[in-house]
Amino acid sequence: MNHSNHVVSTAITAESIADSSLVAPDAVADYALGLGDDALVLAHRLGEWITNAPELEEDVALGNIGLDLLGHARSLLTYAGSARAKSEDDLAYFRDEAEFRSRQLFEQPNGDFAATIARQLIASVYFAELYTALSHSTDATLAAIAAKAAKEVDYHVDHSVQWLQRLGLGTDYSHERMQAGLVAMWPFVDELFREDPYAAAAGDAAVDPRTLRAAFDATVPRAIVEAGLDVPAVPAARGGGRSGVHAEAFGPMLAELQVLARAHPGATW
Amino acid sequence: MSAVTARLTRDEQAIWDIAATVVDPEMPVLTIEDLGVLRRVAVDGDTVTVDITPTYSGCPAIDAMRDDIVSALAAAGYPDARVRQVLAPAWTTDWMSSEGRAKLEAFGIAPPLPRDPGGAVKVGLGIRCPHCGSLHTRQLSRFGSTSCKALYVCQRCQEPFDYFKAH
Repeated sequence: MNHSNHVVSTAITAESIADSSLVAPDAVADYALGLGDDALVLAHRLGEWITNAPELEEDVALGNIGLDLLGHARSLLTYAGSARAKSEDDLAYFRDEAEFRSRQLFEQPNGDFAATIARQLIASVYFAELYTALSHSTDATLAAIAAKAAKEVDYHVDHSVQWLQRLGLGTDYSHERMQAGLVAMWPFVDELFREDPYAAAAGDAAVDPRTLRAAFDATVPRAIVEAGLDVPAVPAARGGGRSGVHAEAFGPMLAELQVLARAHPGATW
Repeated sequence: MSAVTARLTRDEQAIWDIAATVVDPEMPVLTIEDLGVLRRVAVDGDTVTVDITPTYSGCPAIDAMRDDIVSALAAAGYPDARVRQVLAPAWTTDWMSSEGRAKLEAFGIAPPLPRDPGGAVKVGLGIRCPHCGSLHTRQLSRFGSTSCKALYVCQRCQEPFDYFKAH
Protein backbone atom coordinates (compact mmCIF):
# COMPACT_ATOMS: atom_id res chain seq x y z
CA MET A 1 0.00 0.00 0.00
CA ASN A 2 1.33 3.40 -0.97
CA HIS A 3 1.26 6.10 1.67
CA SER A 4 2.54 8.97 -0.43
CA ASN A 5 0.29 11.94 -0.75
CA HIS A 6 -0.46 12.01 -4.45
CA VAL A 7 -0.45 8.39 -5.56
CA VAL A 8 -3.84 6.94 -4.86
CA SER A 9 -4.46 3.21 -4.90
CA THR A 10 -7.63 1.78 -6.33
CA ALA A 11 -9.36 0.88 -3.08
CA ILE A 12 -12.95 2.00 -3.25
CA THR A 13 -15.63 2.16 -0.64
CA ALA A 14 -19.32 1.37 -0.41
CA GLU A 15 -21.31 2.13 -3.55
CA SER A 16 -18.29 2.69 -5.74
CA ILE A 17 -16.98 -0.84 -5.35
CA ALA A 18 -20.13 -1.90 -7.14
CA ASP A 19 -19.38 0.13 -10.27
CA SER A 20 -15.68 -0.58 -10.29
CA SER A 21 -14.09 -3.74 -11.55
CA LEU A 22 -12.76 -4.51 -8.09
CA VAL A 23 -13.60 -8.09 -7.17
CA ALA A 24 -12.35 -9.74 -4.00
CA PRO A 25 -10.73 -13.17 -4.34
CA ASP A 26 -13.08 -15.79 -2.81
CA ALA A 27 -10.98 -16.48 0.28
CA VAL A 28 -10.53 -12.77 0.96
CA ALA A 29 -14.27 -12.21 0.51
CA ASP A 30 -15.06 -14.92 3.05
CA TYR A 31 -12.68 -13.34 5.53
CA ALA A 32 -13.99 -9.82 4.93
CA LEU A 33 -17.55 -11.02 5.48
CA GLY A 34 -16.83 -12.01 9.07
CA LEU A 35 -15.08 -8.72 9.80
CA GLY A 36 -17.94 -6.79 8.21
CA ASP A 37 -20.51 -8.67 10.29
CA ASP A 38 -18.65 -7.87 13.52
CA ALA A 39 -18.64 -4.15 12.65
CA LEU A 40 -22.27 -4.12 11.47
CA VAL A 41 -23.63 -5.84 14.57
CA LEU A 42 -21.77 -3.61 17.01
CA ALA A 43 -22.78 -0.50 15.02
CA HIS A 44 -26.42 -1.54 15.40
CA ARG A 45 -26.07 -2.18 19.12
CA LEU A 46 -24.54 1.27 19.63
CA GLY A 47 -27.34 2.83 17.60
CA GLU A 48 -29.78 1.43 20.16
CA TRP A 49 -28.34 3.89 22.69
CA ILE A 50 -29.46 6.95 20.74
CA THR A 51 -32.00 8.82 22.92
CA ASN A 52 -31.26 6.34 25.76
CA ALA A 53 -27.74 7.25 26.91
CA PRO A 54 -27.22 8.75 30.38
CA GLU A 55 -26.49 12.19 28.93
CA LEU A 56 -26.90 13.93 25.60
CA GLU A 57 -23.15 13.96 24.92
CA GLU A 58 -23.11 10.16 25.21
CA ASP A 59 -25.99 9.83 22.75
CA VAL A 60 -23.78 11.74 20.35
CA ALA A 61 -20.60 9.85 21.27
CA LEU A 62 -22.04 6.34 20.96
CA GLY A 63 -23.88 7.37 17.79
CA ASN A 64 -20.65 8.70 16.28
CA ILE A 65 -18.71 5.56 17.21
CA GLY A 66 -21.49 3.46 15.70
CA LEU A 67 -21.35 5.55 12.54
CA ASP A 68 -17.62 4.88 12.18
CA LEU A 69 -18.24 1.15 12.62
CA LEU A 70 -21.06 1.26 10.09
CA GLY A 71 -18.62 2.85 7.65
CA HIS A 72 -16.19 -0.04 8.21
CA ALA A 73 -19.03 -2.54 7.79
CA ARG A 74 -20.16 -0.95 4.52
CA SER A 75 -16.66 -1.07 3.05
CA LEU A 76 -16.04 -4.65 4.20
CA LEU A 77 -19.43 -6.04 3.18
CA THR A 78 -19.33 -4.29 -0.19
CA TYR A 79 -15.93 -5.80 -0.84
CA ALA A 80 -17.04 -9.23 0.42
CA GLY A 81 -20.12 -9.05 -1.82
CA SER A 82 -18.07 -8.21 -4.91
CA ALA A 83 -17.02 -11.85 -5.15
CA ARG A 84 -20.63 -13.06 -5.28
CA ALA A 85 -22.36 -10.22 -7.12
CA LYS A 86 -24.09 -9.20 -3.87
CA SER A 87 -24.49 -5.66 -2.59
CA GLU A 88 -23.82 -4.52 0.95
CA ASP A 89 -27.61 -4.37 1.45
CA ASP A 90 -28.10 -7.94 0.15
CA LEU A 91 -25.63 -9.12 2.77
CA ALA A 92 -26.90 -7.01 5.65
CA TYR A 93 -30.64 -7.40 5.14
CA PHE A 94 -31.24 -10.68 3.36
CA ARG A 95 -29.15 -13.25 5.17
CA ASP A 96 -30.66 -15.25 8.02
CA GLU A 97 -29.21 -15.60 11.48
CA ALA A 98 -27.15 -18.73 10.83
CA GLU A 99 -25.53 -17.12 7.79
CA PHE A 100 -24.07 -14.28 9.87
CA ARG A 101 -20.51 -14.71 11.11
CA SER A 102 -20.43 -12.08 13.83
CA ARG A 103 -18.79 -13.10 17.06
CA GLN A 104 -20.77 -13.13 20.24
CA LEU A 105 -19.19 -10.17 22.05
CA PHE A 106 -20.64 -7.76 19.50
CA GLU A 107 -24.10 -9.32 19.79
CA GLN A 108 -24.41 -8.93 23.54
CA PRO A 109 -27.32 -6.76 24.65
CA ASN A 110 -26.30 -3.27 25.74
CA GLY A 111 -27.12 -3.89 29.40
CA ASP A 112 -26.55 -0.81 31.52
CA PHE A 113 -24.15 1.91 30.42
CA ALA A 114 -21.23 0.32 32.29
CA ALA A 115 -21.75 -2.99 30.48
CA THR A 116 -21.71 -1.14 27.16
CA ILE A 117 -18.47 0.59 28.20
CA ALA A 118 -16.97 -2.81 29.09
CA ARG A 119 -17.97 -4.14 25.66
CA GLN A 120 -16.56 -0.99 24.01
CA LEU A 121 -13.26 -1.34 25.87
CA ILE A 122 -12.79 -4.92 24.72
CA ALA A 123 -14.05 -4.28 21.20
CA SER A 124 -12.12 -1.04 20.60
CA VAL A 125 -8.77 -2.41 21.71
CA TYR A 126 -9.37 -5.56 19.65
CA PHE A 127 -10.31 -3.48 16.57
CA ALA A 128 -7.30 -1.20 17.05
CA GLU A 129 -4.91 -4.17 17.06
CA LEU A 130 -6.73 -5.91 14.22
CA TYR A 131 -6.86 -2.96 11.86
CA THR A 132 -3.29 -1.90 12.57
CA ALA A 133 -2.09 -5.38 11.64
CA LEU A 134 -4.49 -5.65 8.70
CA SER A 135 -3.18 -2.38 7.23
CA HIS A 136 -0.19 -4.54 6.13
CA SER A 137 -2.45 -7.02 4.33
CA THR A 138 -1.25 -8.24 0.95
CA ASP A 139 -4.74 -7.39 -0.32
CA ALA A 140 -4.63 -3.68 -1.23
CA THR A 141 -8.32 -3.06 -0.60
CA LEU A 142 -8.38 -4.69 2.83
CA ALA A 143 -5.18 -2.81 3.70
CA ALA A 144 -6.78 0.51 2.72
CA ILE A 145 -10.01 -0.14 4.63
CA ALA A 146 -7.98 -1.16 7.68
CA ALA A 147 -5.58 1.80 7.58
CA LYS A 148 -8.51 4.19 7.59
CA ALA A 149 -10.39 2.28 10.28
CA ALA A 150 -7.31 2.11 12.53
CA LYS A 151 -7.19 5.89 12.81
CA GLU A 152 -10.85 6.01 13.78
CA VAL A 153 -10.88 3.25 16.39
CA ASP A 154 -7.97 4.87 18.24
CA TYR A 155 -10.46 7.53 19.29
CA HIS A 156 -12.92 4.84 20.40
CA VAL A 157 -10.27 3.33 22.67
CA ASP A 158 -9.80 6.71 24.38
CA HIS A 159 -13.54 7.05 24.90
CA SER A 160 -13.91 3.69 26.62
CA VAL A 161 -10.76 4.02 28.75
CA GLN A 162 -11.87 7.43 30.03
CA TRP A 163 -15.27 6.05 31.03
CA LEU A 164 -13.65 2.97 32.56
CA GLN A 165 -11.65 5.28 34.83
CA ARG A 166 -14.54 7.60 35.67
CA LEU A 167 -16.80 4.71 36.62
CA GLY A 168 -14.13 2.51 38.23
CA LEU A 169 -12.71 5.36 40.34
CA GLY A 170 -16.03 7.14 40.89
CA THR A 171 -18.49 6.21 43.63
CA ASP A 172 -18.86 2.79 45.22
CA TYR A 173 -22.01 2.33 43.18
CA SER A 174 -20.40 3.24 39.82
CA HIS A 175 -17.45 1.00 40.68
CA GLU A 176 -19.76 -1.91 41.44
CA ARG A 177 -21.66 -1.51 38.19
CA MET A 178 -18.47 -1.13 36.11
CA GLN A 179 -17.12 -4.32 37.68
CA ALA A 180 -20.40 -6.10 36.93
CA GLY A 181 -20.23 -4.89 33.32
CA LEU A 182 -16.73 -6.32 32.92
CA VAL A 183 -17.84 -9.64 34.39
CA ALA A 184 -20.79 -9.78 31.99
CA MET A 185 -18.66 -9.16 28.88
CA TRP A 186 -15.41 -10.92 29.77
CA PRO A 187 -16.51 -14.46 28.78
CA PHE A 188 -16.67 -13.26 25.17
CA VAL A 189 -13.06 -12.03 25.01
CA ASP A 190 -11.59 -15.42 24.25
CA GLU A 191 -13.57 -16.00 21.05
CA LEU A 192 -12.04 -12.88 19.45
CA PHE A 193 -8.58 -14.43 19.53
CA ARG A 194 -9.35 -18.02 18.52
CA GLU A 195 -8.20 -19.56 15.29
CA ASP A 196 -10.39 -18.43 12.39
CA PRO A 197 -10.52 -20.82 9.42
CA TYR A 198 -11.47 -17.96 7.10
CA ALA A 199 -8.38 -16.01 8.16
CA ALA A 200 -6.22 -19.10 7.65
CA ALA A 201 -7.64 -19.63 4.15
CA ALA A 202 -6.96 -16.02 3.18
CA GLY A 203 -3.27 -16.35 4.09
CA ASP A 204 -1.25 -13.13 4.18
CA ALA A 205 -4.26 -11.10 3.11
CA ALA A 206 -5.71 -11.77 6.56
CA VAL A 207 -4.60 -11.44 10.19
CA ASP A 208 -4.48 -14.57 12.33
CA PRO A 209 -6.53 -13.49 15.39
CA ARG A 210 -4.27 -15.51 17.70
CA THR A 211 -1.43 -13.07 16.96
CA LEU A 212 -3.44 -10.17 18.43
CA ARG A 213 -3.89 -11.62 21.91
CA ALA A 214 -0.52 -10.55 23.36
CA ALA A 215 -1.11 -6.87 22.58
CA PHE A 216 -4.62 -7.06 24.07
CA ASP A 217 -3.31 -8.74 27.21
CA ALA A 218 -0.64 -6.07 27.56
CA THR A 219 -3.19 -3.24 27.41
CA VAL A 220 -6.64 -4.06 28.71
CA PRO A 221 -5.89 -5.77 32.05
CA ARG A 222 -3.59 -2.88 32.98
CA ALA A 223 -6.28 -0.33 32.13
CA ILE A 224 -8.75 -2.26 34.28
CA VAL A 225 -6.37 -2.37 37.24
CA GLU A 226 -5.51 1.33 36.85
CA ALA A 227 -9.24 2.04 37.12
CA GLY A 228 -9.26 0.26 40.49
CA LEU A 229 -11.12 -2.75 39.11
CA ASP A 230 -10.41 -6.46 38.94
CA VAL A 231 -9.78 -8.39 35.75
CA PRO A 232 -12.65 -10.90 35.82
CA ALA A 233 -11.77 -14.52 36.44
CA VAL A 234 -14.65 -16.11 34.55
CA PRO A 235 -14.77 -19.06 32.16
CA ALA A 236 -14.76 -18.32 28.44
CA ALA A 237 -18.01 -18.68 26.51
CA ARG A 238 -18.25 -21.43 23.93
CA GLY A 239 -18.23 -19.02 20.98
CA GLY A 240 -18.92 -20.16 17.46
CA GLY A 241 -19.99 -16.87 15.86
CA ARG A 242 -17.85 -17.41 12.78
CA SER A 243 -19.69 -20.72 12.18
CA GLY A 244 -23.13 -19.16 12.60
CA VAL A 245 -23.67 -19.99 16.28
CA HIS A 246 -24.96 -16.82 17.90
CA ALA A 247 -25.91 -15.34 21.23
CA GLU A 248 -29.56 -15.69 22.20
CA ALA A 249 -30.10 -11.95 21.90
CA PHE A 250 -28.85 -11.83 18.31
CA GLY A 251 -32.04 -13.06 16.60
CA PRO A 252 -34.30 -10.31 17.95
CA MET A 253 -31.65 -7.70 17.14
CA LEU A 254 -31.34 -8.98 13.59
CA ALA A 255 -35.12 -8.93 13.16
CA GLU A 256 -35.16 -5.25 14.04
CA LEU A 257 -32.19 -4.52 11.77
CA GLN A 258 -33.82 -6.26 8.80
CA VAL A 259 -37.55 -5.66 9.17
CA LEU A 260 -37.85 -2.52 7.07
CA ALA A 261 -35.76 -3.82 4.18
CA ARG A 262 -37.67 -7.11 4.15
CA ALA A 263 -41.07 -5.43 4.33
CA HIS A 264 -40.17 -3.19 1.38
CA PRO A 265 -37.48 -5.00 -0.67
CA GLY A 266 -35.60 -2.69 -3.00
CA ALA A 267 -37.14 0.46 -1.55
CA THR A 268 -35.06 3.62 -1.88
CA TRP A 269 -35.56 7.17 -0.78
CA MET B 1 -3.08 21.63 -2.91
CA SER B 2 -0.18 22.48 -5.21
CA ALA B 3 1.44 19.09 -4.60
CA VAL B 4 -1.65 17.43 -5.98
CA THR B 5 -2.36 19.78 -8.87
CA ALA B 6 1.19 20.43 -10.06
CA ARG B 7 1.26 17.83 -12.80
CA LEU B 8 -2.18 18.33 -14.34
CA THR B 9 -2.75 18.91 -18.03
CA ARG B 10 -4.85 21.87 -19.09
CA ASP B 11 -7.97 19.68 -19.48
CA GLU B 12 -7.41 18.13 -16.10
CA GLN B 13 -6.90 21.53 -14.54
CA ALA B 14 -10.21 22.72 -16.01
CA ILE B 15 -12.03 19.71 -14.57
CA TRP B 16 -10.25 20.07 -11.25
CA ASP B 17 -11.39 23.70 -11.06
CA ILE B 18 -15.02 22.72 -11.68
CA ALA B 19 -14.95 19.87 -9.15
CA ALA B 20 -13.27 22.19 -6.67
CA THR B 21 -16.36 24.42 -6.58
CA VAL B 22 -18.34 21.69 -4.79
CA VAL B 23 -18.80 22.40 -1.09
CA ASP B 24 -19.23 20.21 1.97
CA PRO B 25 -23.01 20.02 2.52
CA GLU B 26 -22.56 20.24 6.29
CA MET B 27 -19.95 23.03 6.27
CA PRO B 28 -20.79 24.97 3.11
CA VAL B 29 -17.94 27.44 3.58
CA LEU B 30 -15.47 24.68 2.74
CA THR B 31 -14.94 23.31 -0.75
CA ILE B 32 -13.93 19.72 -1.21
CA GLU B 33 -10.55 21.07 -2.32
CA ASP B 34 -10.16 23.00 0.97
CA LEU B 35 -11.00 19.82 2.88
CA GLY B 36 -8.49 17.68 1.03
CA VAL B 37 -11.34 15.40 -0.10
CA LEU B 38 -10.70 16.07 -3.81
CA ARG B 39 -7.70 13.90 -4.66
CA ARG B 40 -7.24 13.46 -8.38
CA VAL B 41 -8.76 14.05 -11.79
CA ALA B 42 -8.01 12.12 -14.95
CA VAL B 43 -9.08 12.61 -18.55
CA ASP B 44 -8.88 9.77 -21.03
CA GLY B 45 -10.49 10.72 -24.32
CA ASP B 46 -14.10 11.50 -23.42
CA THR B 47 -13.90 9.81 -20.05
CA VAL B 48 -13.51 12.03 -17.02
CA THR B 49 -12.70 10.44 -13.67
CA VAL B 50 -12.63 12.32 -10.38
CA ASP B 51 -11.27 10.67 -7.22
CA ILE B 52 -12.47 11.77 -3.80
CA THR B 53 -11.74 10.33 -0.38
CA PRO B 54 -14.12 10.31 2.59
CA THR B 55 -13.09 12.15 5.74
CA TYR B 56 -14.35 9.38 8.07
CA SER B 57 -15.41 5.89 6.90
CA GLY B 58 -19.04 6.47 7.85
CA CYS B 59 -19.35 10.09 6.75
CA PRO B 60 -22.74 10.39 5.00
CA ALA B 61 -21.77 13.68 3.30
CA ILE B 62 -19.59 11.85 0.79
CA ASP B 63 -22.63 10.70 -1.21
CA ALA B 64 -23.93 14.27 -1.55
CA MET B 65 -20.47 15.47 -2.57
CA ARG B 66 -20.27 12.82 -5.26
CA ASP B 67 -23.67 13.75 -6.69
CA ASP B 68 -22.75 17.45 -6.62
CA ILE B 69 -19.52 16.79 -8.55
CA VAL B 70 -21.43 14.87 -11.22
CA SER B 71 -23.96 17.72 -11.47
CA ALA B 72 -21.31 20.44 -11.60
CA LEU B 73 -19.37 18.64 -14.34
CA ALA B 74 -22.54 17.88 -16.32
CA ALA B 75 -23.48 21.56 -16.21
CA ALA B 76 -20.01 22.42 -17.53
CA GLY B 77 -20.30 20.05 -20.50
CA TYR B 78 -18.92 16.79 -19.09
CA PRO B 79 -22.03 14.58 -18.96
CA ASP B 80 -20.23 11.28 -18.37
CA ALA B 81 -18.00 12.09 -15.43
CA ARG B 82 -17.29 9.23 -13.10
CA VAL B 83 -16.56 9.84 -9.43
CA ARG B 84 -14.62 7.20 -7.54
CA GLN B 85 -14.19 7.03 -3.79
CA VAL B 86 -10.69 6.05 -2.79
CA LEU B 87 -9.63 5.02 0.71
CA ALA B 88 -5.86 5.06 0.46
CA PRO B 89 -4.00 6.98 1.57
CA ALA B 90 -6.33 7.66 4.47
CA TRP B 91 -7.61 11.24 4.72
CA THR B 92 -6.02 13.51 7.29
CA THR B 93 -6.79 17.04 8.46
CA ASP B 94 -3.19 17.87 7.52
CA TRP B 95 -4.50 18.04 3.93
CA MET B 96 -6.81 20.93 4.76
CA SER B 97 -5.65 24.09 2.98
CA SER B 98 -4.72 27.24 4.88
CA GLU B 99 -7.59 28.99 3.07
CA GLY B 100 -9.87 26.26 4.36
CA ARG B 101 -8.65 26.74 7.92
CA ALA B 102 -9.22 30.50 7.72
CA LYS B 103 -12.72 30.02 6.27
CA LEU B 104 -13.62 27.52 8.99
CA GLU B 105 -12.55 29.90 11.74
CA ALA B 106 -14.51 32.78 10.16
CA PHE B 107 -17.54 30.46 10.04
CA GLY B 108 -17.30 29.82 13.79
CA ILE B 109 -15.57 26.41 13.79
CA ALA B 110 -12.11 26.15 15.32
CA PRO B 111 -9.78 24.69 12.66
CA PRO B 112 -7.80 21.50 13.35
CA LEU B 113 -4.42 21.72 15.03
CA PRO B 114 -1.54 19.89 13.37
CA ARG B 115 -1.50 16.22 14.32
CA ASP B 116 0.73 14.95 17.10
CA PRO B 117 4.24 15.00 15.59
CA GLY B 118 5.43 12.37 18.08
CA GLY B 119 8.28 12.92 20.51
CA ALA B 120 8.66 12.31 24.19
CA VAL B 121 6.75 15.26 25.63
CA LYS B 122 3.05 15.50 24.87
CA VAL B 123 1.75 19.02 25.35
CA GLY B 124 -1.92 19.59 24.65
CA LEU B 125 -2.26 22.87 22.78
CA GLY B 126 -5.15 25.15 23.62
CA ILE B 127 -8.00 25.35 21.12
CA ARG B 128 -8.66 28.98 20.23
CA CYS B 129 -12.23 30.25 20.49
CA PRO B 130 -13.35 31.23 16.96
CA HIS B 131 -15.62 33.92 18.43
CA CYS B 132 -13.34 35.91 20.77
CA GLY B 133 -9.89 34.41 20.15
CA SER B 134 -9.35 33.29 23.73
CA LEU B 135 -7.26 30.18 24.38
CA HIS B 136 -9.11 29.71 27.67
CA THR B 137 -11.45 27.02 26.36
CA ARG B 138 -12.66 23.67 27.59
CA GLN B 139 -13.75 20.48 25.85
CA LEU B 140 -17.41 19.71 26.55
CA SER B 141 -17.61 16.53 24.52
CA ARG B 142 -15.11 14.60 22.45
CA PHE B 143 -17.86 13.94 19.93
CA GLY B 144 -19.90 16.60 18.14
CA SER B 145 -22.55 17.23 15.53
CA THR B 146 -20.59 15.35 12.83
CA SER B 147 -17.87 12.70 12.89
CA CYS B 148 -15.16 15.29 12.29
CA LYS B 149 -15.96 17.66 15.16
CA ALA B 150 -15.79 17.91 18.96
CA LEU B 151 -17.74 20.30 21.16
CA TYR B 152 -15.94 23.04 23.13
CA VAL B 153 -16.95 26.03 25.23
CA CYS B 154 -15.06 29.30 25.64
CA GLN B 155 -14.51 30.20 29.28
CA ARG B 156 -14.03 33.88 28.47
CA CYS B 157 -16.99 34.69 26.18
CA GLN B 158 -18.99 31.64 27.39
CA GLU B 159 -19.95 30.68 23.82
CA PRO B 160 -19.96 27.01 22.83
CA PHE B 161 -18.26 26.16 19.54
CA ASP B 162 -17.29 23.23 17.33
CA TYR B 163 -13.67 22.18 16.97
CA PHE B 164 -12.66 20.34 13.80
CA LYS B 165 -10.67 17.45 15.30
CA ALA B 166 -7.11 16.81 14.18
CA HIS B 167 -7.29 13.40 12.50
